Amino acid sequence: MSDPTPPPLLSVRNLRIEFPTRRGTLVAIDDVSFDIARGEVLGVVGESGAGKSLTGAAIIGLLEPPGRIAAGEILLHGDPIHRLRPDQMRHIRGRRIAMIFQDPLTSLNPLLTIGQQLGETILTHLDVDEDGARKRAIALLDEVGIPAPAERIDHYPHQFSGGMRQRVVIALALCAQPELIIADEPTTALDVSVQAQIITLLKRLCREHDTAVMLVTHDMGVIAETADRVAVMYAGRLAEIGPVRAVVQTPHHPYTRGLMGSIPVLGADIRRLVQIDGAMPRLNAIPPGCAFNPRCGAVFERCRSDRPDLLPAGATRAACWLFDAGHASEQTR
Amino acid sequence: MLAFIIRRLLQSVLVMLTVALVAFGLFRYIGDPINNMVGQEATLVEREQLRAQLGLNDPVPVQFARFVANAAQGQFGMSYRMARPVADVIFERLPATLELALISGIGALVVGIALGVYTALRRDGWLSQIIMSLSLIGVSLPTFLIGILLIYVFAVQLQVLPAFGRGEVVRLGWWSTGLLTESGLKSLIMPAITLGLYQLTLIMRLVRAEMLEVLRTDYIKFARARGLSDRSVHFRHALKNTLLPVITITGLQIGSIIAFAIITETVFQWPGVGLLFITAVQFVDVPVMAAYLVLIALIFVVINLIVDLLYFAVDPRLRVKRSGRGS
Amino acid sequence: MNGKPIVSASSGIKTPSLFARIADNDLFYSFIRSPLTVAAAVVTLVIFAAALCAPLISPQNPFDPATLNLMEGFTPPMAPNAFTGNVFWLGTDAQGRDIFSAILYGSRVSLLVGFAAVGFAAVLGITLGLVSGYVGGWVDSLIMRIADVQLSFPAILIALLIFGVFKGIVPPSVQDKVAIYVLIAAIGLSDWVQYARTVRSSTLAEKNKEYVQAARVIGVPAPVILLRHILPNVMGPVLVIATIGLALAIILESTLSFLGVGVPPTQPSLGTLIRVGQDFLFSGEWWIVLFPGLTLLALALAVNLLGDWLRDALNPKLR
Repeated sequence: MSDPTPPPLLSVRNLRIEFPTRRGTLVAIDDVSFDIARGEVLGVVGESGAGKSLTGAAIIGLLEPPGRIAAGEILLHGDPIHRLRPDQMRHIRGRRIAMIFQDPLTSLNPLLTIGQQLGETILTHLDVDEDGARKRAIALLDEVGIPAPAERIDHYPHQFSGGMRQRVVIALALCAQPELIIADEPTTALDVSVQAQIITLLKRLCREHDTAVMLVTHDMGVIAETADRVAVMYAGRLAEIGPVRAVVQTPHHPYTRGLMGSIPVLGADIRRLVQIDGAMPRLNAIPPGCAFNPRCGAVFERCRSDRPDLLPAGATRAACWLFDAGHASEQTR
Repeated sequence: MLAFIIRRLLQSVLVMLTVALVAFGLFRYIGDPINNMVGQEATLVEREQLRAQLGLNDPVPVQFARFVANAAQGQFGMSYRMARPVADVIFERLPATLELALISGIGALVVGIALGVYTALRRDGWLSQIIMSLSLIGVSLPTFLIGILLIYVFAVQLQVLPAFGRGEVVRLGWWSTGLLTESGLKSLIMPAITLGLYQLTLIMRLVRAEMLEVLRTDYIKFARARGLSDRSVHFRHALKNTLLPVITITGLQIGSIIAFAIITETVFQWPGVGLLFITAVQFVDVPVMAAYLVLIALIFVVINLIVDLLYFAVDPRLRVKRSGRGS
Repeated sequence: MNGKPIVSASSGIKTPSLFARIADNDLFYSFIRSPLTVAAAVVTLVIFAAALCAPLISPQNPFDPATLNLMEGFTPPMAPNAFTGNVFWLGTDAQGRDIFSAILYGSRVSLLVGFAAVGFAAVLGITLGLVSGYVGGWVDSLIMRIADVQLSFPAILIALLIFGVFKGIVPPSVQDKVAIYVLIAAIGLSDWVQYARTVRSSTLAEKNKEYVQAARVIGVPAPVILLRHILPNVMGPVLVIATIGLALAIILESTLSFLGVGVPPTQPSLGTLIRVGQDFLFSGEWWIVLFPGLTLLALALAVNLLGDWLRDALNPKLR
C-alpha cells in the first residue's frame, strides 16, 4: 500500500529557536511551520530581524551557538534532519540542500581560485576524478553565464565583478544538483542593474534542474516576480502564508496589508503609500498575544491576550484573530 | 610587483640610514673617542694628530658619509674595551646568537601555530582552556625568570643539562657551530626554550585570535554550507587566510628574538653578540654598541623584505592584477 | 494559547538604584562571572597595598645597614637562625637581610617605575595620537613614520640604548641619583606607539562626525575639542593598553634591572633582587631568588589577567 500523497520536499513543523542569554532565554523563532514542494519557489519576507535568515540557517544545520532548535522538527522527504550528527548533516549540505549568502564579495575564499573552490565541492559530493570535476566546473560556469569559462576557472575571486561573483556562488551551490537552495538575500548586496539578471538566472536554473528555492528577502518586488508562494514573517513568527498572487493582491493579515501598501505600483491610482507606524519589537520585548498588536490598526481585545494560529483567510492563511470563525460571526451580526 | 619591491628597498635603505645616523651620533658624541683610544698620558700634540688622522676635524656630514661607507664594509673601528676591531669581535660571536635564535624561532613558530590552531578549533575544550591559561603565564613570565627556573630545575637539582656556556663547538670555516656535538646540543636546549617560550605564546595567541576571526567569515560559512569536510574547512580554507596577518607579526617577532637573545645570553652566559652588547652598554663601549645597532637593523630590514615577498607568494590579490570587468 | 512573555527583562518603570545599575552593568557582570579575574584583582590589590605600606608591615628596613646582622645570613625560610634563633618567613640573603622585607620594598620600586612609565607613555602617546589624527598632513606622516620605525624594534633594545646613551653622557657621580628617572623615561619612550596608534585612528573616526564639525563651526578651539569631545571616546581602549602596558613595564623594568642597567643597587627592585640572588642558586640558597621571582610572576600575571579581561569585556566582538 503506497501513500497517496508523498511527503513534501521540505517540511518545517512548529520550529522554535532559542538563544539562551544571561537575562533569560530569547525566543527568536516561535512555532513556525511551512512546506516546500519539489521545484517550488517559496519567498520568505519580513523586516530585518524577523527571523528569515535564522530559519534558513536552522534548515541547513548552521545555526551559530548559542542559538539552538528548542522544539519542532525539520523533515526532508519526511525524514527528520534537525537532529543529525555533524558528519551526517555534511552529506546533506551542498548535496541535497545548498545555500547562497547575501554578499558575493565575502562568500568566496580570496586565496583559492574559483576552480579550486568548485573542484573541491564537486569532489566532495560526486563520484568523479579531478578531470571530471574540472570539466563539470567549466560546464557549470558556462551554465551560470560566465564568459570564457575554461579560462576564467583559474582566476581568483578578486578578478571578478560583484555580479559575476554571485554567478560563481550560484554555480557552487548547484555543484551537486541539490533539491533545495536556500538563497539568503542573494541580490541585496548587488547593483540594482545586476539584481534582475541574477534573479532571472536563479529562476531559470532552478526550473531547468527542478530545484526548489527558499528565497529569503525583504524585497517584495523580487518575491512578486519570482516566488510561487510567500511566507511573511514578523517577530519570529509566521504572519501569513499563501500563493504569491493572493498575498500580493489580496493580503489578509494587517501586517501584510501594510507591507504591500508600502510598495509603489505603476499605473495604480495615485494614493498615498501606506506606512506602518512603530517598529518591530525586540526579541526580549515581544508583547503577549499577537506580536503585531501594538502596531495594528484593526486590533481588538483578544489580540492583546491570545496568540493567533494560522487561520484560513481567503486563498491564504493568516495568523490573525480577524479570521477566527467566532470573530467573523460577531462582525456579521 | 617590481615597483613595489623597489619602493620597499628604498624604504629599507632609508631605515638603515636613519639607524646609521643614530649609531653615528652615539659614536661621535658620546664620550671622547680620542680619550678612549689613547692613554691619559698622551700629549696634546699626539691627540691632535690622532684627531686629524681619524678625520674628526672634518665637517660632520663628511664624517657621517665616511661612517656609512665604513659601516657598509663592516668596519666599525676598534672596541674601546677589548682593543680589537669591532667587526672581528662581532663575527666571532655571531654564529652563537644566530644558531640560538634560529632554533628557538623555528620551534616557537611550529609549536605556536599548532597550538594556536588547536585552541581556536576546540575553543571551549578543557585542554584549550588549560593551554590558554598557561600561555598567559608564558606572557607574564619574564624571560630571565624562565631561564633561572630552568637552570635551578635541570642544572642544579636534576643536573642533566649544563647551566651555562655553549659546550663544545666545531669550526666550519669562519662559522663555529654547537649543533654537531652532544655537549653543544645539550647546552642549546635550555637557552632555546627560554628564548622561544615568549614568542611561542605570542604566536599562539595571535594565531588563535586570527583563526577565530576567519572562522566567522562568510566564505567559511559558505564552505560549510557546501558540505566540505571539517578538515578542508579548517586547514584548506581557514588556516591559509589566518596565516596572512600572522606572517607580518611573526616576521617582526622572529626579528625581535635576536634582540631578546640579550637577556637569554646573559642568563646562560651564552657567548653571542647579545652578551657582547650588554657588556658594551655597561662599559660604554660605543663602537660595539653602534655596530650592534646597525647589525640588528640590518637583520630586521632583511626579515621585513622576506615577509613582503612571502605576502606576494601567499596572497593572489597582490600577485594577480584585476581583470575581466563586466557582470 | 501560545503567547507567553518571552523574558522577564528588567523593564521597570522607576529608575533603578545606583547599586542596581552597577550590578546590571555588563562590565561588572563579566567581572563577577570570572573567578580568575576576581582572583587576579585580589592579588593585584594585595601586592599594591603591601608595597604601599611596606614601611609599616615589613619586619625590618632591609636597606638600613644598622638593622642587618651578618650572623643571620643565609637563614632558610621558616627555620630558626643557628646563632640568634630568629625566624624569617622567607629566609635571609648573604647579609642577613630579610627576604620578605626586601620583596616589599622591591615591589615598591617596581610598581613606582611601572606606573610612572605607563603614565609617561600614555600621556606622550595620547598627545601625539590626538595631534597626529586631528592635524593630519605632514605632521601625521612624520609621527606615524617614527612610530613604524620604532615599532619594528623591541622595547628592550630601545630602553637599553637610551640607557647606554645616558651612561655615556651623565657623569658617573650623579648616575645613581637620576637612574630611576632615566629608567622611567626609557620604558615610557619604548612604549608610546600603541597609545598613539589607537588614539589616532579613533580621532580620525571622530573628527568628521557631525558633533565635532559643529563644535568647530561655532569656534570651539581645537584643544578643547580634542580633550572634551574626542578623548572620552578613546578611553576604553587606552585603559586596556595601559593595563597590559603596566604588566609589560613591570617586566621590562625587572629585566633591565636584572641585566644590571636598571635601578641602582641602593634602591633594589624585584629584578635587582633576582639578579643578586641568581648567584646563590648553585650553592643551594634557592629562596633568595625564588620568592622575589614568584612575586614578580604573580604581579605580572595578575595585571595581565585584568588587562585580558578588560579587553574582552570592552570588545563584545571577541566573545
